[in-house]
Formats: sequence, structure tokens, C-alpha cells
Amino acid sequence: MRLLRELTFPLVAVVAAFVVGGIFVLLVGDNPFRVYGLLLGSALSWPDGIGYTLFQATPLIFTGLAVAVAFRCGLLNIGAEGQLYIAAFACAWVAIKLGGVTVQATGGPPLSSPWANLPAVLLVPLAILAAIGAGALWGAIPGFLKARFGSHEVINTIMLNFVAVAIVSYFTQYHYRIPGDPILQSAPISEAAHIPRMGSFIPGLPERIPLNVSFLLAIIACALVYVFLWRTKWGYEIRATGANPTAAEYGGISTGRQIVLAMAVSGGLAGMVGINEVMGYRYRYYEGFSDNYGFTGIAVALLGRNHPVGVFLAALLFGMLQRGGIFVDAFSESVTKDLVQVLQAIVILFVAAEALFRGSFGRFGLMKRSKV
Amino acid sequence: MSDISIATLLFFLASTVRQATPLLLAAMGGLYSERAGVINIALEGLMLAGAFTAAAVTHYVGNPFVGLLAGVVAGMAVAAIHAVACIKFKADQVVSGTAINILMIGVPAVVSGAVFLSSGSTPQIPRENLIPWTPVVIAFLLVPVTWYVLYRTPFGLRLRAVGEHPEAADAAGVNVNRMRYAAVLLSGALAGIAGAYLSTGQSSLFTRNMASGRGFIALAALIFGKWRPVQTMLACLLFGFTDALATQLQGVKLSGDEEIPVQFIHMLPYVLTIVVLAGFVGHSRAPRALGIPYVKER
Amino acid sequence: MLELREITKRFGDVLANDHVNIRVEPGTIHAIVGENGAGKSTAMRIAYGFYTADSGDILVDGQVRNIQTPHDAIRLGIGMVHQHFMLVETMTVAENIVLGAEPGSAAALDLDRAASEIRALSDEFKLSVDPRAFVGELSVGQQQRVELLKALYRQARLLILDEPTAVLTPQEVEEFFQILRRMREQGKTVVIITHKLSEVLAISDDVTVMRDGRVVGGVKTAETNAAELARMMVGRDVLLRVEKPDARAGDVVLSVRGFSVTVETGHGGVRDVTFEVRAGEIVGVAGVEGNGQTELIEALAGLVAPERVHGRVELEGRDITHAAARTRRESGVAHIPEDRHRRGLLLDFDLAENSILGDHYRPPAVAARAGVLLNTEGIRRRADEMIRAFDVRPANADLPARALSGGNQQKLIIGREFELKPRLLLVAQPTRGVDIGAIEFIHRKLVALRDSGCAVLLVSAELEEVTALADRLLIIHHGRLVGEVDPKTATHEEIGLLMTGGGKQNAE
Repeated sequence: MRLLRELTFPLVAVVAAFVVGGIFVLLVGDNPFRVYGLLLGSALSWPDGIGYTLFQATPLIFTGLAVAVAFRCGLLNIGAEGQLYIAAFACAWVAIKLGGVTVQATGGPPLSSPWANLPAVLLVPLAILAAIGAGALWGAIPGFLKARFGSHEVINTIMLNFVAVAIVSYFTQYHYRIPGDPILQSAPISEAAHIPRMGSFIPGLPERIPLNVSFLLAIIACALVYVFLWRTKWGYEIRATGANPTAAEYGGISTGRQIVLAMAVSGGLAGMVGINEVMGYRYRYYEGFSDNYGFTGIAVALLGRNHPVGVFLAALLFGMLQRGGIFVDAFSESVTKDLVQVLQAIVILFVAAEALFRGSFGRFGLMKRSKV
Repeated sequence: MSDISIATLLFFLASTVRQATPLLLAAMGGLYSERAGVINIALEGLMLAGAFTAAAVTHYVGNPFVGLLAGVVAGMAVAAIHAVACIKFKADQVVSGTAINILMIGVPAVVSGAVFLSSGSTPQIPRENLIPWTPVVIAFLLVPVTWYVLYRTPFGLRLRAVGEHPEAADAAGVNVNRMRYAAVLLSGALAGIAGAYLSTGQSSLFTRNMASGRGFIALAALIFGKWRPVQTMLACLLFGFTDALATQLQGVKLSGDEEIPVQFIHMLPYVLTIVVLAGFVGHSRAPRALGIPYVKER
Repeated sequence: MLELREITKRFGDVLANDHVNIRVEPGTIHAIVGENGAGKSTAMRIAYGFYTADSGDILVDGQVRNIQTPHDAIRLGIGMVHQHFMLVETMTVAENIVLGAEPGSAAALDLDRAASEIRALSDEFKLSVDPRAFVGELSVGQQQRVELLKALYRQARLLILDEPTAVLTPQEVEEFFQILRRMREQGKTVVIITHKLSEVLAISDDVTVMRDGRVVGGVKTAETNAAELARMMVGRDVLLRVEKPDARAGDVVLSVRGFSVTVETGHGGVRDVTFEVRAGEIVGVAGVEGNGQTELIEALAGLVAPERVHGRVELEGRDITHAAARTRRESGVAHIPEDRHRRGLLLDFDLAENSILGDHYRPPAVAARAGVLLNTEGIRRRADEMIRAFDVRPANADLPARALSGGNQQKLIIGREFELKPRLLLVAQPTRGVDIGAIEFIHRKLVALRDSGCAVLLVSAELEEVTALADRLLIIHHGRLVGEVDPKTATHEEIGLLMTGGGKQNAE
């Protein structure tokens, strides 16, 4: 019953977004039913559709969870994008440096020599920890700045996104790219750091589909976030801080510490995108790989009511859209895959302007945030 | 000083001004919105709306000024979405702004796909149909104009009051929400000009996501400039300078084979903004009611 | 000049104004007095168009007027100075004054003209306000004069002042009264909302007394005295009685010496108070709200930044002056806060979750001191017991706290705080917004806690409540303790006079 109530509003928002999107499709000269048919049909076919849908959903689960955890502490983390870039690079860096990979110019001196050549059983967990740790660290910065100086996390996370991209781009370009490579990407990581694709144990799912074990990590992350937020004292303190900071203080909770903690957890979750990308998909750091995962995470979290189950479902929906968008691109004369972006944006607008449907304000608890 | 270095210097100055122009236009737009209490992180999206519309209309009409006007209208139209969501429906202003930004990555791409059969760009506009300097003039004229409007007209007085203390403005008989609508629409218009400059001034077509973060730099300049017109202009010039410098140094080799890493120059505006926001360099105080929807107690 | 006829206004279940009739004669200073929540401000806000009445008429100069917004009121010559100033601190005095009524054209704001007009007005009433100064840099007293100028600039003939002296120092009050007298001489009419009887007697021509949303009396100031007004203000039809045996006070639990709490605005706070609370007694603090009670309790609970707290606080001999809130709780200090929505509850959390706030990190909420996982079942069971023992309705631990009535929310908080088995209970406004049945229940629980040997420090704006519950009663005024009385023998007039700062005049 409660689940149904929780689901009603997001569903209404999604349907409304599809209606508005449909009108938009009509305006640019195609049949919305045909386009939506293509979209869903291609996203749900077996094995390619479902395989790719889940693959596309994986990073969105991570970023959706990231935004949701911050949200529960009353913070808006627009910085998942930067956090996941830093994390993906850190992940690749560990898998190169500790994986025995020498980055070398053809004939020239090594740009970077390995420190160790660890076996998979050590390298995989270390690379995963590197992704989570780097993301957490990058996320904790705006948390600290807010707790210590009161500067607004929204602006700082936006700014740190650009800083993250610049730092990572520098290291990729000058230290970890194979000289002469026309693409801005790092050298390949050690094979010991590869994590298996789901195709290797699901019959009928070809291994070329990049859906990998990090999808399972994403499901585990959902469960852990649930337990963390609702079953541990730390989660209690984070949620209390988000729900009512003055009451949290009354309860002896240090709200500043909660802000840093929540941002670190949020950053760590966003950082897990790097595992999917680097260890499960491209096996290297690839500049600009994120298809706005961090920003879409905001939509996922909002639509999922900042709850892990909702985040999972919303990520699946957006994963479907991403996958289906490619087909729309190929089979529609006038509609491109960017329709997906439009639909996402409209979903966010509808969910944000909840009052439009409910006639009541301020249920997000976001209204009373500190100033920019 | 040799002639070449003077020429280089002039070129560099012009380049700085040209890089600063879209920032300045968008930042002035943001200034109106934020001084009235509405966070505008949608500047990026508003610029994209203006850029695409201006390029498309200029392509069809062959007159860049009509294109510019169309860009202004498009910026205002998209800003109206933000305004209605934030003011009427009390949506979270940051979330709404983010949605607008995503929307404006998608909409121009879909429309250009349908109209120009391209993946997100408009056809080239011939050189004679570009407006390389008009928006520059507008941008720098806007600074004294904005200063005057803000501090020397009833409109500006009310705008500032609404952003600082909406209850006080209301008690004095000012219609808070109407002022906020006006301010957000104005920011859409100015960001629209900024966008038009990108597609029909600096370059000669619209390309996908061509604002490439300038909306956010404009926002940074606004914060860096403490929400004041002249300081904001100086911040825009500084950030335009870093941009011009980065372009100049791109690929330049130091002694040996080392290139200058321009990434660190690109980072500068963002790092500076974080530093300023933390109160290390002066104190940047936001309008007090920024981000808070005005709900009248009844 | 102004007349309210049969004005009625409801806020939800609360009848804020019940057929209120007030008549203000032109050229007079008219005081409206009453306790907090008596409906004074509501009535005047209706006159100013901030609220609209559910029924009744507003007459200005003898004619029924429709006042829907402040704009309407301004047009009719009514100005209002709110308790919380409506000033933009980052703007100048002149800018603030002309806002919404700007001189000059739309293209050019004529601030010079405004400045000279303001200077003229300022001179006329001897306000000495510099129109070019920034409001944020002015003292509170000066800001108030800016508010007066705002109304005068709009040619107000009637000024409504809501608790104008609450923020002023005694010297400023005297100056302010002179300004009001000058205004009356110039033919203005003034309505002053207050609960300070000494001020009423000093300044007003007429007095209207309100209580519980109704007007209970209207008299000429010259024909009344403080005792009569105090009786009207605080008198109740039914006297509240709490059955309680005499206190058997034990050892000193809380000792407060030379204790001060500074506040950001400079005024208010707590100034150099010294007192003790012993085990097994309830010490009441009576006072008009805003005289330092809030700061006193919050500072004792550890919720005020250490740099604002001075003096020494000991709990059973141990110094806790600057201890953190959590440390205090661990040493047995429970706290029922005055604002349960702001401090006491997480409204969106369910009752079970609210039942552990403050103790969520230690057993039994978690399995061990270093435990991390919440013992959800145990918490739930404990919450159910608490709900039963404290008669919280509806008795469903899964409901969000928001879904409960004020009384039931309060019972949950009390249950939670009692669970701590406190040595000291700090309790503020325990029955505010609570229905009659719950009030009695809460009072019985407090007395029972006392009898079990807990020290209780009680703050309440309800004089009836503190006198009924307290074994010793301290009176606070302007942040200082101005007297101690025996609640069994002291009369309400006596206490009321002390509370309103009238004690000294009487004693002399």
C-alpha cells in the first residue's frame, strides 16, 4: 500500500514527461507511438536490448544512489560527474601502476613505470577501493568546505567537476597516454584488473555485451545503502541532519561531521562508476566517457524518491531510454537519440515541480538549504 | 618592443575581450536573476537555446540581427520554464536549472536532427552574415546600464529588496513574484544574446553543446564579482584572459619536448571561485533570499 | 480613527480572534495588552491587511473599509512597525524608506529628493536618522526609527507598533516614548501592542486588554493601575490545580553561578544569573517570553556555541559549563525543548525513530557501545512501551511524528526524555499547543518525576502553569533574575508585576 503510494507520483511524472515528449516528437515530424515503440522494443529485446539496458543502467544506479545519499542529508550533490571522473582515473591508475604496465613511447623512455605486478586477487580489490576512495575524497571536499566555511555545496560541486576533468585530462594527456595515440585515453590497464562480463556466466548472453560484474556490485550497493541509511546509527545521524538540523543538534549529532560523511559516501558511490567503465568495459581510462551520468543521477534519485529501490527502478528506466535512443537514432528520419535527454529533462522538471501535481510544497526538504 | 609583439599583444587583448563577452552577457543575466533571489544555474542551457535559435534563424533569414532577436526570444522562452517551475511551483531552483541544462543539450540536437538532418549542428553561416562585434559592444555597455538600473531606478531598488528580504518588499507593497518573473526573463534574454554571440559571432554555426561550460564560468564570475556589475565584469575579463591564454599556449613547447599543460590554466576560474566562496579572499555574500521561494504567510 | 468590529479569525483549530471589538480614538496612544497568544498581533495584522478576518468589519474614520493587503492599509493612512523589522540591511535608510513608493520616474530614482524629504520628516519628529546610512550599520533603536519613518513617509496617520520596546534598552525606550508623544502632538494616532504594564501606564491614553483571543476589558489608562491590568491579563476563569505533595528537596543537582549567555543582536540573552536546583524539587522560571528563558535552557542543554556562554554550571559537582550536548545527556540531563518542531522531533521520521533521538548511538538502540547496526526490533519494542506508558495516540510506532497532534507529540518527547532516567530535567513550555487532557497528564508526569528524586527546571510563559507546578519560583526579566517567590503564597499580581518590570517601582 505504502509502496503503491510512493510509486504513484513518479509514474505520473514519467507518463506526463512521455506525453510532453510525444508532442515534441510530433512537432519535429514523427509519430510518437512509432518512436516510443522503437525505444521500448529495442531496449527490451533479448539478449542485446536487455543486456545493454542493464549495462547503461549500471552507472546510473551508482550516481542515483550517490545523489540520494547526499539528498538524505539535505545536500544536493551536482558533483557526481567530477567524482566519477577522478575515481575512474584513480582506478585505471592503480590497475596500471600496480598491474605491471609500463607506459612507453615507441622506442622512447618510459613515461610511467609500474610499481608492482599484482595478481588479480589483489589487484581487483585494490582498483575497486581506489575508485571508491578517490570518489569519496573528491566528494568530501565540498562537504568539508560547507561544514567548515559554510560555502554552498552546489556551487562547489559544479566548480569541482571542471577541476576534476582538467586534472584527469592533464595526467592522461601527459603521463599515461601512449604517445602518438590520437585518442585521449590512458594506456590499457593490466589484464589482471579486468572483471568478468556477465556473458561469461549467463547462457545466451554474448560476451561482447559489456554488461559486467559491476551490475551486481550496483545491486549490492543498493542493499548496502539501504542498510547504511536505515539500519545503522550513522545513517540515522545523516538522515536526522537532513530532516531537521536543529533537532539533530538537540540529539547530540554533529551536523558538520554528517555533511562531510554524507558527501564522502556520496562521492564513493559515484566513484563506483569507474569500476564499470574501467575494469568492466573499456579496460582503460577514456577521456570524456561519462554520458552525463552524474547529472542523470539527479534525475534518477529524484524519480526514485531518494530510496535505493526507487533509484534502482529509475535507473532501469533511464537505462532503457539510453539503449532505445540509439535505435531511434538509427530508424527514425527526424528524431535523434537526443530525445532521451529531452525526456530526462522533462522528468526532472515534473518531479521538481511536484506542486504541479500535488498542490503542496516543499516535501523535498530542500527549501531551507543554506544560501549559495 | 617590436612590432610583432605589439601586434601579438593587441591580438591577445582582442582575444581576451572576445572570450569575456559571452561570459559577461550571461553573468549579467545571472546577476538580475540572482539579485532577485532566483538561483540561475540554467545559464548554460539558456545560452544553448539562444545559440541554436540565433544560428538557425540567421541561416534561414540571412539577417544576423533577426537571428539575435530570435536568440533573445528563445532564451526568454526557456527562462520562462525555469521561472514558472521555481516561482509558481516552488521547485528547487538548482534542480530546475539542472533540468533546463539537460533539456537544452537535447532539444537543439533533436530539432537540428529533424530540420537540418545533422547530429546537432546547424549549417554554416556565410561570413557576411555574422555579427562579430555587436554583442561585444552590447556586453560592455550592459555593465554601466546594469549598474544604473540596479542602483538608480525604482526597478533596481525593488529587485534588490526582493532578493534580500522579500517579506520587507511585500510589506512595502512590492509584488515579489512579479519582480522575480521579470528578473528571470531578463536573464534569459541576456543569456540568449550570449548564445547568439557564440554561434553567429565567435563561430559561424551552432555545434552540439557549444557553450561548453561557459554558463558555469559566468556563474563563477558572478560569485567572484560578488553579484556586483563592475566586479563581475572584471571577473569575466580575468576568466576571458585565462581562456585566451590557454588558447595561445595550446601546443606551445617549452624547452625540450615539454608542452605547457593548459589544463591548469583552464582550472583557474573554478579554483578561484571555490577559494572566494570559502571566504579566503574577501567575502562574497549572496543575496540573502537566494534560492528560497517566497511563500506568503496567511 | 480605527475600529475593529466583531473581528473573528481562525488558524486551523485555533481561534486567534473571537469577536474582537477595539476602538481607537484619533490623536491618542492606545495600548493593547495581553499575554503571548492572546490575539493582539493577529487583530492588528488584520487591520494592516496582512491577514484577512473570517468575519467582522474594519472601520477607518467611521467607514467600513475592505483591507485585503498592506497596500490597501497604506492607502488608508495606516502604517505598521512589525516586531521583526521589515528592513533590507544591505540598503540605505533612504532606499528602505522609499521602497515601493519611490519618488521620481521609472527611469530615474530621485534619491536626493527622497533624502531631503526624509531629513525633513526626521527633523519634524526629532528622529535624527541619516538617510544615507546603511541600515545594517544602525543600532536596533535607530532601525526602529527607520521603520517609523517608513510609515510617516507614506503619510500614515495611524501607526501600529507591535511590541516596539522588546528590542530596546531602557534608555532607548524612554527616547522612543518621547518620539511617540511628539507624534501624538502632531495629530498622529498610535496603537502600541505590548505586554509590559509599566510601559502601558507610562505612555498610553487608553488600554484594551486581550486574553485568549477575546477582548476582556477596555479602560482609560488614567483610571486604572498595574494590579488591575495584571489581573485582567493573567486571570483565568478556572484555576489550574495540580495535586502534589510538598517537595522533599535533596542535594544540589544543578548549580549555576554568574551565568551569562550573549546573543548576536547584543540585546537579550541571559545576564549574570545564579541559582540552584535540588534533587526532588521543581524550580520554575516565570517571565514574559523573550526575556532570556530560551537562551537559559538552550545553554544549559549545551545547544549554544561555547564562546557565547560565560560563568559556571555544575551538575552534581562536575563542571559542565562548556560540555557538548551529548556529554550532558550521558550525565543525565534530559531536555524537553520549547519548540518541539524545531528541536524536539524529526517530523518526517516515524515514532520509533523519534523515540531514540539523542540515544540512537548507544545501547539499547545499538547492540553495544561500539555497535553500528540499529536494533530495529528492540527500538520498536521500546517505542511501543513508551507509547503505551505515555498514552500517545494513535498508538502506532510506524506513523510519522507529523501525523500526531501537538499533545501527543509532546507526550512522545516526554516519554523519550523520561526514559533517560534523568538527574536533571530541563523543560520549556511543556504544554504549549497541547489540549487540556494532555496538559493534566503532562503535569502529573512532571510531578512524579520530581518525586522520584529528579531535579526539574521549568520554564513556562503560562503563569498559571509555573505557579501550579513549581516548588520555588524565580522571576526573570531582561535576562536577569529579579526575584524569587513562594508560588504557594505569591499572588498573580505580585508575580505579574515582577515579570513586567514593575516590581521596582512598587517596592519603592
